[in-house]
Amino acid sequence: MEGLTLSEAEQRYYCDLFSYCDTESTKKVAPNGRVLELFRAAQLPSEVVLQIMELCGATRLGYFGRSQFYIALKLVAVAQSGLPLRVESLNTVKDLPLPRFVGPKNEQELRHTALYSSDADNSTPYSGVIPPPPGRVQVKKGSVSHDAVQQRTSTDQQESTSPVVSPQQSPPTSPHTWRKHNRHPSGGNNERPLAGPGPFWAPFSEAQPGSSTTGDSIWSGHSPPPHQENWVSFADTPPTSTLLAMHPASVQDQTTVRTVASATTANEIRRQSSSYDDPWKITDEQRQYYVNQFKTIQPDLNGFIPGSAAKEFFTKSKLPILELSHIWELSDFDKDGALTLDEFCAAFHLVVARKNGYDLPEKLPESLMPKLIDLEDTTEVGDQSGEVGYSSSPAEAPPSKSPSMPSLNQTWPELNQSSEDTAIVHPVPIRMTPSKIHMQEMELKRTGSDLANPTSPLLVKPPDLSEENNMSSSKFVAGNTVADGYSSSDSYTSDPEQIGSTVTRQRSHSGTSPENTAPPPPPPRPHPSHSRSSSLDMNRSFTVTPGQQQAGVVAYPPAVPPRPPPSQGAGPHVHRPVDAESLITHTSTSPQQIPEQPNFADFSQFEAFAASGVNEEEEEEIETHSEVLLVEKPSDSAGSLRVAKTDGRVEDKAAASVPVNTGKGTTPLAPPPKPIRRRLKSEDELRPEVEEHTQKTGVIAAVLASQPSIPRSVGKDKKAIQASIRRNKETNTVLARLNSELQQQLKDVLEERISLEVQLEQLRPFSHL
Amino acid sequence: TVHTSLDVVDEKISAMGKALVDQRELYLGLLYPTEDYKVYGYVTNSKVKFVMVVDSSNTALRDNEIRSMFRKLHNSYTDVMCNPFYNPGDCIHSRAFDNMVTSMMMQVC
Repeated sequence: MEGLTLSEAEQRYYCDLFSYCDTESTKKVAPNGRVLELFRAAQLPSEVVLQIMELCGATRLGYFGRSQFYIALKLVAVAQSGLPLRVESLNTVKDLPLPRFVGPKNEQELRHTALYSSDADNSTPYSGVIPPPPGRVQVKKGSVSHDAVQQRTSTDQQESTSPVVSPQQSPPTSPHTWRKHNRHPSGGNNERPLAGPGPFWAPFSEAQPGSSTTGDSIWSGHSPPPHQENWVSFADTPPTSTLLAMHPASVQDQTTVRTVASATTANEIRRQSSSYDDPWKITDEQRQYYVNQFKTIQPDLNGFIPGSAAKEFFTKSKLPILELSHIWELSDFDKDGALTLDEFCAAFHLVVARKNGYDLPEKLPESLMPKLIDLEDTTEVGDQSGEVGYSSSPAEAPPSKSPSMPSLNQTWPELNQSSEDTAIVHPVPIRMTPSKIHMQEMELKRTGSDLANPTSPLLVKPPDLSEENNMSSSKFVAGNTVADGYSSSDSYTSDPEQIGSTVTRQRSHSGTSPENTAPPPPPPRPHPSHSRSSSLDMNRSFTVTPGQQQAGVVAYPPAVPPRPPPSQGAGPHVHRPVDAESLITHTSTSPQQIPEQPNFADFSQFEAFAASGVNEEEEEEIETHSEVLLVEKPSDSAGSLRVAKTDGRVEDKAAASVPVNTGKGTTPLAPPPKPIRRRLKSEDELRPEVEEHTQKTGVIAAVLASQPSIPRSVGKDKKAIQASIRRNKETNTVLARLNSELQQQLKDVLEERISLEVQLEQLRPFSHL
Repeated sequence: TVHTSLDVVDEKISAMGKALVDQRELYLGLLYPTEDYKVYGYVTNSKVKFVMVVDSSNTALRDNEIRSMFRKLHNSYTDVMCNPFYNPGDCIHSRAFDNMVTSMMMQVC
């Protein structure tokens, strides 16, 4: 084959045509089918066509390879320009215009010619007549046979007779397409144009058949569908040129579109040639059209189209739901379930492309990404809502990257940003906030043990008496660095026993505390008070606490009530009376007798003092503890009980503390209270609780003095029975709770045991040495 | 097998009274003597359940990995849900979703 040198424009044009004809992507084009159509469209005499085929070697090979095809095209151009067909003319003829094809391929070729022809042989862009784009569309869709095409060509020729330039010229595509549509309706081919768009937008065209154009005036009387088709199909690039976007609602926009189009036709040519490389680029006219459509749904250009409205809108296009779903996925850039103007334009563009037979891309083409906005919309983009702005900003960052990169780069920052901006909240926060730490803590907590029950630490406490000091300090540390606490809790084996146990407690404590502290601001953790409250020596605590209690009595009462969360505050209140009674009964049944026993009776009366439920709980706890412990310990128990209260588990703690007391016997209550205390969100609570406790005791004493007389005077048989029934029920519930707590404590103990064993194993080698 | 695991998931959901949202649950119990696989369950706020079946021969995936996988699943699922054309209950055709799932599985294998 002769060497063939093609200019760049020719190269692209031929490549395009080849791919157009290469329907089976075999890189070989059979003479039949599209190639023949193409050559027929060139409006060359058949013998010329045959000659061309011979020259390019297709007849020899039986098919059109790429080179043959190119040669054939070049020969077509040669023939069309009137030069004799010679092989030598392939390379010798300079400035050969691109071959022009009329007919079904017209729009495509025309587009191509418009794209490629830099030479301005199209002096009369507007008057040129070219088969309407729908012709091509029809070919694609197969809805119109060649008859339609021929009809159209005939009408085209009719048009060509008009003063406008003959179709052979290669005027800009859009005006041509426009023209065609005008001509069609005027030529009485209303059905044709409708048939083209019909399959695409049947519902739309219903409203429009009647509005067929009137005269041959170029710009007037476009039948809406053809006009729309034209407008949309105006091709900037092959894919976009055939886009048909029709919506009945857009009828009223046609005039505006038309005027806009007419105004910008001059720009089209330039734009077309420049934007050919980007098949997905939206032209100005198309964008304007989309914007108008957007306005019909959402007047505010900076606003969103909700998903449901968009769904209705795009369902009109009669595309299968699956494809619409895919289009949505591609175009909803920020995944917010709503379409901004950019997203809407992209979606619309994809719909039109799909309608014209183009497959949907796997990912959003670069030109359709929200960042890319055509000229007039650039200002709008900047003004758009934060989300769009969001998408724009990261998108604009790497504008130079390859098409694949921007989508990836933009997607992730988009998701990250949109996850915070959009209404849709992902289940897992992406940002590194305390909530994440909280999540970690929660997970660690769960993985570590079933210390869901804050009372479990209570059981763990007894053996950890000696570690209270450690605990207090470690707790403090844990409170400050929850994550560390968790990490340390994970490293069970590496920690010594004490630390392990303390970590366990810390974990439970910090487990609950972070949960509670995350929403409300973490209360300050006074170190000195912590040390005070954490002084685990029972003696020391007792010696210290009384003094503290008395000192802090005044300060505490106001502090305590606000501390527990409102929910918990309400809960404990409810529980407290129950606990009071249950505790009372329980304590009464406990073998240990306490000088404060009379207080229990008084406590039962405290139900009336629900407001001072905190006091009640403290007292209960105090009493229960006091049953087992010396009076010195009430502060601890009260403190721990208070902790329980804050956690909303007063009864649990009380119950736990009670069994602990009963079960462990003489084990000082300091550990149980300490764990309970640790449960508290902050050391503040601990300290105040201790102080409260002391304060409460004073209050209790005062109340007790007043109360004993009251119930007795009021007491009747019925009331006594009811009270006893209530107490029994409460004890039942308390026992049930105790049971669950015990089980949890058992689990905890088992875990501790395992950890201890592991530690032992670790230490064993050293012992052997 | 998957159906029995669903029963267990339901049982767990009903058991959780207080913590309404158990973001993740690790259910390692379904390990039959013959069929060596583990089933992990995950429930979302809207009671949508994700069940993951893992071959035990794949030396135990760490719990964190499983959780991160469920998180990613949940995120992708919400993205799919955003699509107004998607009816809950339909088979998910989202390519992005499929890609994410495949990539996740590739990481593990």
